[in-house]
Amino acid sequence: MERQAVQRAREAFLSGRARAVEFRLQQLHGLKRMITENETEISTALKQDINRSQYDTPLLELIGIENEIKLAIGKLAEWAAPRSVERNLLTISDEVYVQPEPLGVVLIIGAWNYPWALTLLPLVGAIAAGNAAVVKPSELSECSSLLLRALLPRYLDKDLYPVITGGVSETQELLRHRFDHVFYTGSGSVGKIVMEAAARHLTPVTLELGGKSPCYIDKNCDIRVACRRITWGKFVNCGQTCIAPDFILCEPCIQGRVVECLRLTLLEFYGADPKCSPDYGRIINTHHFNRVMGLMEGYTPVIGGQSDASQRYIAPTVLKDVPPHSRLMQEEIFGPLLPIVAVSDMEDAIRFINEREKPLALYIFCSDKKAAKKMIEETSSGGVVVNDVMMHYTLSSLPFGGVGQSGMGRYHGKHTFDQLSHQRACLIRSLGMENVNLSRYPPQDRRRARRVRMALRAPLIDMSKRTFIWAVTATVIGFGLFVALMVILLIAAGLNCTCWYWRGFYNYW
Amino acid sequence: METHSQILDRLRSSFRSGITVPEAFRQAQLKQLMSLMTENEDQILDALKKDLAKPKFESVIAEVDMVINELHFTIANLNSWMQPEYVSKNLATKLDDCFVRREPLGVVLIIGPWNYPLQLLLSPLIAAIGAGNCAILKPSEVSAATDALVAELIPKYMSQDCYAVVRGAAEETKALLKNRFDHIFYTGSQAVAHHILHAAADHLTPVTLELGGKCPCLIYGKVNITYAARRLAWSKFFNTGQSCVAPDFLVCSKATRDALLPALRQTLEDFYSKEPESSADLPRIVSPRHWTRLMELLKRSKGKVVMGGESNEESKYIAPTVLVDVAEDDALMEEEIFGPFLPILTAETLEEAIALINRQEKPLALYVFSEESSVVNTVLEKSSSGGFCSNDGIIHMALPTLPFGGVGASGFGSYHGRWGFETLSHQRAVMLRGWTLERLNGLRYPPYTEDKLSWLRWTTSAKPSCSLM
Repeated sequence: MERQAVQRAREAFLSGRARAVEFRLQQLHGLKRMITENETEISTALKQDINRSQYDTPLLELIGIENEIKLAIGKLAEWAAPRSVERNLLTISDEVYVQPEPLGVVLIIGAWNYPWALTLLPLVGAIAAGNAAVVKPSELSECSSLLLRALLPRYLDKDLYPVITGGVSETQELLRHRFDHVFYTGSGSVGKIVMEAAARHLTPVTLELGGKSPCYIDKNCDIRVACRRITWGKFVNCGQTCIAPDFILCEPCIQGRVVECLRLTLLEFYGADPKCSPDYGRIINTHHFNRVMGLMEGYTPVIGGQSDASQRYIAPTVLKDVPPHSRLMQEEIFGPLLPIVAVSDMEDAIRFINEREKPLALYIFCSDKKAAKKMIEETSSGGVVVNDVMMHYTLSSLPFGGVGQSGMGRYHGKHTFDQLSHQRACLIRSLGMENVNLSRYPPQDRRRARRVRMALRAPLIDMSKRTFIWAVTATVIGFGLFVALMVILLIAAGLNCTCWYWRGFYNYW
Repeated sequence: METHSQILDRLRSSFRSGITVPEAFRQAQLKQLMSLMTENEDQILDALKKDLAKPKFESVIAEVDMVINELHFTIANLNSWMQPEYVSKNLATKLDDCFVRREPLGVVLIIGPWNYPLQLLLSPLIAAIGAGNCAILKPSEVSAATDALVAELIPKYMSQDCYAVVRGAAEETKALLKNRFDHIFYTGSQAVAHHILHAAADHLTPVTLELGGKCPCLIYGKVNITYAARRLAWSKFFNTGQSCVAPDFLVCSKATRDALLPALRQTLEDFYSKEPESSADLPRIVSPRHWTRLMELLKRSKGKVVMGGESNEESKYIAPTVLVDVAEDDALMEEEIFGPFLPILTAETLEEAIALINRQEKPLALYVFSEESSVVNTVLEKSSSGGFCSNDGIIHMALPTLPFGGVGASGFGSYHGRWGFETLSHQRAVMLRGWTLERLNGLRYPPYTEDKLSWLRWTTSAKPSCSLM
């Protein structure tokens, strides 16, 4: 079944119909209609999958997808156009440009925590770039994946963009086939398997993985506001977000205040009993529920800690004075547990972060701009936000992706288009001016060699400051001389005129 | 003698110390590399002569000058490449500082090939230095003289804490690959590329693969056959055909072929005289093993040799050879030739020719000789390749403003100029927010309401340009 779908997608791609810009726009419009016409069904599916509140769905997924589609529709002509580049002496009369081209058939493997956004955002870029795409949503968000399989063929070309549902064995089967690019969102361990499988066909991959995104709270900052923002980012989708602040780093002296502010904010957001709040989510399945509960073992939380296995409910939980070597600090939590780890100062926090793998996101809460800048410069991460969390995800002009163990490649907006295109270098020459070429042919001698070396030199225009100053000075002097010449000529002409005038005057008299 | 892990540890701790980050350090190292090139030109030419019998002209324009050009270009532009790139914002982020920082990855492994042993090793190094990384160079052992020269000169000129050369053959490279790098840059064959990618997958290391393939050359429509023959012969027999972007095989109609052959014959005589073996301008095959591989290919081919065919095992010489009546399933069409054999296949129409080349894997380069722009455009639209050049060969890779890289089986990733800088950097998204407008942020917090949602839809959408303007 998988083989037929991949085969059909490849044949459809080879037919060339996905290439025309009008076709791509038409497909993107179809995708937009799919989202806007089925918002209720999508919300229902998400409620069944992960108990997502009806507001969280548009907020966290649908608005983002619609914005990406609108951006792609508006900018597609610009993105797909050839991009001119600077030439050297040899190519001065040639056409030299980079042409973005489709890669072919892209495999998109989605994740279960934001099943629509994380599957459809790459699809928007794949369509925009002129590719065919095989979409494999996550089986853990089962209702969403079945709904996607039903909806997509109704709005998009059936052959170019098939949806394959299924579990591990179906994914492994898919990965045996050859694709032109594999776009995977999920865990690092499966990321390795995907890259291994792609390696067999020398297929390039984009891996959007996770990691433990640290959140540093400096003692010089507005702790109240910081905690509101952190609480939102941590507990939205019940902590199951790849860029959620995983743990907090702060000095012991403010730990108490942080806990208090978190407690107040949680009360404001979800009420005294979050279990009853319509806005608080659930854990995706029993396996993950047990996994997250296991992480808490042996520690007493200062906030929350309650759970209900029948609902897969875990209360928003905060733990303080968590030791760095605890299980809680070994793996990505991906749940509503917020550990606070004590560090002695910002230097200590930087050291702590650098001792660990590069995370997908780093959050710094600090009022001192210089200190925040220092922390950015001395660490590495996929992205970084100062004085908030997760918002860099919402700006499509920013590249979204990891580094090191948190992933490779980037997307959102034009970045998705570029990631799923081939930038083809094009040099269009003519057969004329063959005399210029004679220098490079054998048999060789010094004089001819020198000519060729000159012609190939780059850059064509010397960009150094000294030359620039020289150029400006020369222009000014040149202009000045020109003006002087004009003045002289005018005076001469004027004198002549004056002479004639006076002569005429005298004549008249 | 340091072990691989010791070298890697040393480079990694240098990187962690932050020494490669400031622009001044990178510029100083680039200038040192420049000195390395200018002060040792004679030794470099000597080594290349020993390895491939490269004539001075080829060594200078395809190796020395290319590296020096790349250095000039990088030195002049590095400052602007390193600047933060401010991006357009939406209403919710209007008051924030949103930009992209280019940051170094860490320790980069650069594995070079033997055909342009200096340029294809040092160009990626220039990109690595410019991007602020440390690097381990692994030159090809097949081009032994250059391998030894690189190992001697790099520690002499470059910071030994940040850049190291590791020598060895297949076994040592395999062992080296067990270590974890922050990026692997490999130029070479597809067979080895599989091993590299598998080893990289273990550590989730990003990779750039500059591979090869059979670069087709098409001649259709109205064309000045003399000029085409000259440029084709020059690009094909440069480095005796041992270039990843050399035109591998030719496709044209029978009539074109018949017009081309005398032009090619004349051109080869002009270039290399009637006795190419005595010409100072023709390099040799790199090793006896590769010479044997090529001669085997020639023997198995069912094509007819119309020019050349002579060889000399002792001097690893093979004459520039042209074959006709070569079918698509010929031995010469099985793998990348990488030698001085030019098979000519015939297809009467452009459509058939395009179908033929599309049956092959995507090549690193695609060439078309034609004075009709419709022919050039048709091929461009209906094919794919790493790079494309019409009415010439190879020359497109000498321009540092064009990305040099493959697609499909010819590789992925690209470099030269700014492209190399971007490939070996991490583009880190940075958003600096303030404490104000917390009320606006309140729109996203629970408890959720319909009102909050509509406001949010409005503030986060990218606004199209005002229709009044």
